[in-house]
Amino acid sequence: MVMYSFSERRALSRRRFMTGVAAAGGAGAVRSFCPADAATLSAVPERSSTRFSLSVESVPVVIGGRRAMATGINGSMPAPTLRWREGDTVEIAVTNRLDETTSLHWHGIRLPAEMDGVPGLSFAGIKPGETFTYRFPVRQNGTYWYHSHSGMQEQTGLYGAIVIDPAEGPAGTAERDYVLVLSDWTDADPEQIVSNLKFQSDYYNFRQRTVGTFARDAMRNGVGATIRDRLRWGAMNMAPTDISDVSGIIYTYLMNGQPPETGWTGLFRPGERVRLRVINAASMTLFDMRIPGLTMQVVAADGQEVEPVPVDEFRIAPAETYDVIVRPEGEGPWTVFVQSEDRTGYARGTLATRPGLPGPVPPMDPRPLRTMTDMGMGGTPAGGHAGMSAAHGGMAGMEMSGSGSLKEGVEVQSVAMMPRSRLAEPGAGLEGNGRRCLTYADLRAVRAGEEARAPSREITLHLTGNMERFIWGFDGKKFSEAEPVDLALGERVRFILINDTMMEHPIHLHGFWSELENGQGAFRPYKHTLTVKPGERLSYLVTADTPGMWAYHCHLLYHMEVGMFRTVVVS
Amino acid sequence: MRRALTVALGLAGAVPAAGLAHDMGDMAGMDMGGAKKPVSAVSVKPAGPAKASPVRPRKRSAPVKYIAGIQPVMDHMLYGHALLDEFEARFDGRGGEFRYDGQGWYGTDYDKLRIKSEGTVGHDGRFGDGDHEILYDRAISRYFGVQTGVRLDVDSGPTRPWGAVGIQGLALYFFDLEATAYFSDRGAAGRLQGSYDILLTNRLILQPQAELNFYSTADRTRDVGRGFSDIDTGLRLRYEWFRKFAPYAGITYTGRFGQAAGIARSRDSVVHDVTFTFGLRAWF
Repeated sequence: MVMYSFSERRALSRRRFMTGVAAAGGAGAVRSFCPADAATLSAVPERSSTRFSLSVESVPVVIGGRRAMATGINGSMPAPTLRWREGDTVEIAVTNRLDETTSLHWHGIRLPAEMDGVPGLSFAGIKPGETFTYRFPVRQNGTYWYHSHSGMQEQTGLYGAIVIDPAEGPAGTAERDYVLVLSDWTDADPEQIVSNLKFQSDYYNFRQRTVGTFARDAMRNGVGATIRDRLRWGAMNMAPTDISDVSGIIYTYLMNGQPPETGWTGLFRPGERVRLRVINAASMTLFDMRIPGLTMQVVAADGQEVEPVPVDEFRIAPAETYDVIVRPEGEGPWTVFVQSEDRTGYARGTLATRPGLPGPVPPMDPRPLRTMTDMGMGGTPAGGHAGMSAAHGGMAGMEMSGSGSLKEGVEVQSVAMMPRSRLAEPGAGLEGNGRRCLTYADLRAVRAGEEARAPSREITLHLTGNMERFIWGFDGKKFSEAEPVDLALGERVRFILINDTMMEHPIHLHGFWSELENGQGAFRPYKHTLTVKPGERLSYLVTADTPGMWAYHCHLLYHMEVGMFRTVVVS
Repeated sequence: MRRALTVALGLAGAVPAAGLAHDMGDMAGMDMGGAKKPVSAVSVKPAGPAKASPVRPRKRSAPVKYIAGIQPVMDHMLYGHALLDEFEARFDGRGGEFRYDGQGWYGTDYDKLRIKSEGTVGHDGRFGDGDHEILYDRAISRYFGVQTGVRLDVDSGPTRPWGAVGIQGLALYFFDLEATAYFSDRGAAGRLQGSYDILLTNRLILQPQAELNFYSTADRTRDVGRGFSDIDTGLRLRYEWFRKFAPYAGITYTGRFGQAAGIARSRDSVVHDVTFTFGLRAWF
């Protein structure tokens, strides 16, 4: 009788290991030997190409001193960075050398449905030994990424960056151009992770409230207030410490495939502009990125140029991309510090003038706690932009129970009574930390959107779930229980999302832009993935201009896999 | 800041500097109005006039056909787990006994087959309190499932079959709760079980637990009395070295009441028993 698997046991001892790493000060005691070294991985290829040959295969890796098999491409995890040019037609031959079906989805790329790479919707997948050739015209530019849409291969390493040059040639806005692929690595079996969460939803949360934190809070806030607070959460069977379903207890956070102890290094000469194309390829982790001492200019979101926003820090959810430009005047070294939202670990990189110069690693920020606002109980917006609201009927950002017929039940743990706009808030754990943090309200496209039609109708979807049972879905239904969302070809619709759950959900609509109504009018940002905060209501516009079956889902991998997914049919 | 701004302007290229000002307030509603000339690098269909699109989706006559019948996500999987809540040695002045209490289940989010089993091997080597149940568990609310099935009392005593109906789940304030009613030609019975995890730290957990048994008729051969018959309760301190593997130590108390106490006395067996307990909580 096996009580627990070996990898499981190792995984749960990871915390001690991480402590050890912290103590060693990132001295680089353990060297990752991904076949492709860090420099190759981060580099954007010299020039764009139109023909690619990719071999999906198992790749041996050593991460955090442990050997494991990752899923990679051409011997590399993360997969190689692809550089394309707008206006070209690319041809990508993908050969499957795994012993299970695979697929590659070009995330954020506008293409014909049959090239989108989702088994069941776009094609039948790529069977072991088979080669599938993707061929499509590239009609956009910017930073994107690609990843498997089969099973749990995304968790085991099947992701890589895409850089697309504008048709008129590379922008030339920076002397250095690096890709930062952020991810969450574990040697635990992904199927086992889901199974564990189905049994015990707080399996990976070792930061729960205890008798100790009760005593501390009682000292700070008084015994009565602390008891009332505990009772309030207890009466909902929810925990304010519930930030991430899977944590640093089993995850090692990677930057370009490098664990924090080795880290990734990007070289520069003082005075140069360094463009960092940040891609969150993690399965379950929202990251907060900063470079202490340097101001980052956010110049693109999800591949689309935005008016530069100077920030000290920004949050990036799975599947989002941000391009930032920094201009270090001195020698540095500067640390690229990327904490997980729940503060159980970080990925680390260094901007330096020569290799082997690790920068100082700052302490982790305090971990966030969920609030009653996250529970959809309204409350005063913390960001100070109380009037910020979706460009929709001039509503003041608050709506009494948009829940309609939605009721609590097996698949609905809670219904937000007063969801509101939270676009001007940077997110849990980033409020009032003294840094300039990016918010969705800051994003302003450099060009006006070209589609001026008003939407013909609104589609309201609730993001729902039951953390205790680890069931996630839309409108209280899992994928398998729900009808597809139908759109007419050419139709322009407004999607309204209301997050009834206590977690962020990065919602990704394949095939189309999601034009976020963030108060920037015609200059609304075009995104492919929109993070909806707990208790938030947001809206965006979509022009359904390409026929076919498209995926629409939460980009937290395990939320998607257990049902937070819809098929969108455009016909 | 000057440096940052320079970078920004350099980047913005042809965009007027005024574009850097982020006027958020007064732009709302522009979506509907001013049809800007399309200059975007974003390739979408040419913009139409600034009016609502008249198109509506067609009504689908047949269900969506997935390519090669592949479901894009598998959200209807079967999961199985087994939890050995008590697996312990109990010691009092007169010697030791062994007790176990566990359950396993297999199924989907809504429908599960659940098996429960508990029993005690006493000082004298007799297997007592042997209670084994097979139940169908249907999720009915956020935290609870309804269970129906059979219970078999199988141990060193005479075997008794029961029909079972109950609920199991997480009561508010995180109380684990099981309440089951049993029926047979001998009458009815009831069992209430509850436990609560007090986190001293995230791995050191104190768990008060209790199981109460009620019977409508006495069954002397099985040491049960009419009414509130017996209680088995404990306070266990476990250390979750791994989530699935937690050694514990504790104090347990078993007691018989009313008619059951009388039966116990007449047999010269213990009516109230306090024991020191060492064990293992495991699940897989």
